[in-house]
Amino acid sequence: MALLEVDDLHVSFDTADGVVRAVRGVSFTVEPGQTLGIVGESGSGKSVATQSLTRLVAGAKITGSAMFDGLDLLHASQREMRRIRGRRIGMIFQDPLSSLHPCYTVGWQIIEMIRAHESVPRRRARQRAIELLDLVRIPNARARIDDFPHQFSGGMRQRVMIAMAMALNPALLIADEPTTALDVTVQAQVLKVMQDVQADTGTAIILITHDLGVIADVADEVVVMYAGQVMERARRREIFYQFHHPYTEGLLASLPGHGGTRDRLTPIPGNPPSLLAKLDPCPFVPRCPYVFDKCRREVPPLAPVHPDERHLSACWLEPDRALQFEWESSKFAQISSTAHR
Amino acid sequence: MTSEQTEAVASVDETLLHVEDVRKYFRVRGHAGSSRAEVRAVDGVTLDVRRGETLGLVGETGCGKSTLARCMTRLYDLTSGKIVFQDRDISRASRHDLRTVRREMQMIFQDPYGSLNPRRRVGSIIGDPFAIHRIGERKDRKGKVQELMQLVGLNPEHYNRFPAEFSGGQRQRIGVARALALRPRMIVCDEPVSALDVSIQAQVLNLLTDLQDEFHLTYLFITHDLSVVRHVSDRIAVMYLGKVVEVAPTDDIFNTTRHPYTKALLSALPVPDPDAADSRERIVLTGDLPSPINPPSGCRFHPRCPKAQEICSREEPPLVPVLGDHNNHVTACHFPMEVGESLTPGTVANSERVNEL
Repeated sequence: MALLEVDDLHVSFDTADGVVRAVRGVSFTVEPGQTLGIVGESGSGKSVATQSLTRLVAGAKITGSAMFDGLDLLHASQREMRRIRGRRIGMIFQDPLSSLHPCYTVGWQIIEMIRAHESVPRRRARQRAIELLDLVRIPNARARIDDFPHQFSGGMRQRVMIAMAMALNPALLIADEPTTALDVTVQAQVLKVMQDVQADTGTAIILITHDLGVIADVADEVVVMYAGQVMERARRREIFYQFHHPYTEGLLASLPGHGGTRDRLTPIPGNPPSLLAKLDPCPFVPRCPYVFDKCRREVPPLAPVHPDERHLSACWLEPDRALQFEWESSKFAQISSTAHR
Repeated sequence: MTSEQTEAVASVDETLLHVEDVRKYFRVRGHAGSSRAEVRAVDGVTLDVRRGETLGLVGETGCGKSTLARCMTRLYDLTSGKIVFQDRDISRASRHDLRTVRREMQMIFQDPYGSLNPRRRVGSIIGDPFAIHRIGERKDRKGKVQELMQLVGLNPEHYNRFPAEFSGGQRQRIGVARALALRPRMIVCDEPVSALDVSIQAQVLNLLTDLQDEFHLTYLFITHDLSVVRHVSDRIAVMYLGKVVEVAPTDDIFNTTRHPYTKALLSALPVPDPDAADSRERIVLTGDLPSPINPPSGCRFHPRCPKAQEICSREEPPLVPVLGDHNNHVTACHFPMEVGESLTPGTVANSERVNEL
């Protein structure tokens, strides 16, 4: 049974410029012990969608349902949410410096976190905090537990955040761009720690990132988001090798060393749409090289791609397109070479 | 740039910018505000930028790559060393003397939001170089600016708009137009696409490639993104803690990696290819970057290096061709790596030992 089942999630914000519809009908499931990667560009709604699950977005109008362990997160009371956040659902954010309080020691912050949810004596909580810092490979944890955040490097702070998020053995860990602010060698360390902790504790992870390389490394299943909607959802290898949706194709093609030649990359033409505006039935219409009449008329459902029931794509192109795909025939590449400057 | 062009450049070997033993130290206060210390951001770098090439400069946060770039463009004064641009020593040049140099050497910055004044119109931002260097008549300026906007793929009719009305990718194009205004020979690009989404990043990288072909530009391309640097660079220089540890043509850096640090850096790069990600050797360096205030003795990488031996902590290795490499490929390492050599077995044990220190 799925650990988390999100169905038709909508999130919108009232702003001075109008209603921003940041998330427009997103559905996905997370299995226990699995890593779900959510990938998308800035403004695709990937962060808002997951933050609204913990109800941490202020001033948002949220509809839909998100069943977690028999409880609908979107309709739970604040009291219920407080018990779930931290204990059942851990969170890690992009910027480890601003997520830690600069005036308290790292140990104090982890201990406080444990004691907010469980009535354990301070000494036991401290012992647990040391074990957690060990778990995330903070060298010499027993001594470093009394250090302040500024005495840690960026990668170590992020590992502290992981330790804190894992303190109460949550069933689900939401990691929002956890390695984006880090260097590649440090990123490798942090991802390794996350994977090891997952193997140890069986925690499910939602990993939000814009980096397809990170996705290829650690995700079991992948959700590709664009303009607040899910464009494609499949297991990791299908997303990279048998993708169906033109947006997924465009994302992969624009990576250096993937599509394109040594000399030229293959970008997606145009810019992402404004979320204030009314979008085409498929939001990718203005940038899609495969667009045809039906795309402008009818909303494409997130439907299975033949013959794989677990591979879903929201696109009107023929369902078996994924199986015939080759790079040379990519429309993005053709457009890019003919429209050279 | 194609491989033939690369070879042509290499055979002419014409140096546009020569950096010799450049050092840049910053003074910092000690912990109690009493003792003085120095951050050795760049600590003895010698490097050539050749005419018409793209030299990629890679390294992690705090390795001194941006400081080096700012020394090259003389936005910083040097602590010591020499910088020669087009046969002219500019290491001690005055602000006034630098004016003519800056016409030929421009910069593009990382942050497309922070590097444009939000209260000025785009036309006047791009036209700034003309005004500062008093080039052309004021009345001709608008035409010139609109030409530039066209060149970088902006709509010339948006001349009177403010930066806030443009997206991140378009803002970076504004930065490129401004850098191009005076038709420089060299552009220093400091993380020009790091803040952009991949689909937009590809647009800007293509633009930079096209402009290079059209105006025979030389790029110094600073980035921490190895897949980007591999795509754009003819040669790559790898920095670690204020030092250049390896310089080589791009393919050699990836195929005949010599320095263990370069190897570790490359292996940490996430590749958007699940099969490759599953099968490759990954070297996870567990230590942290040491402080540039008090860098390790000898080779600066030795406390984290799986191959380190006693000599590495004692003697600093020179940056020279190793293991019969061509003059193009230089490495600063006592025990450079053979092709196909694996770093994995020693890595874990060694770095854990370091951690316990």
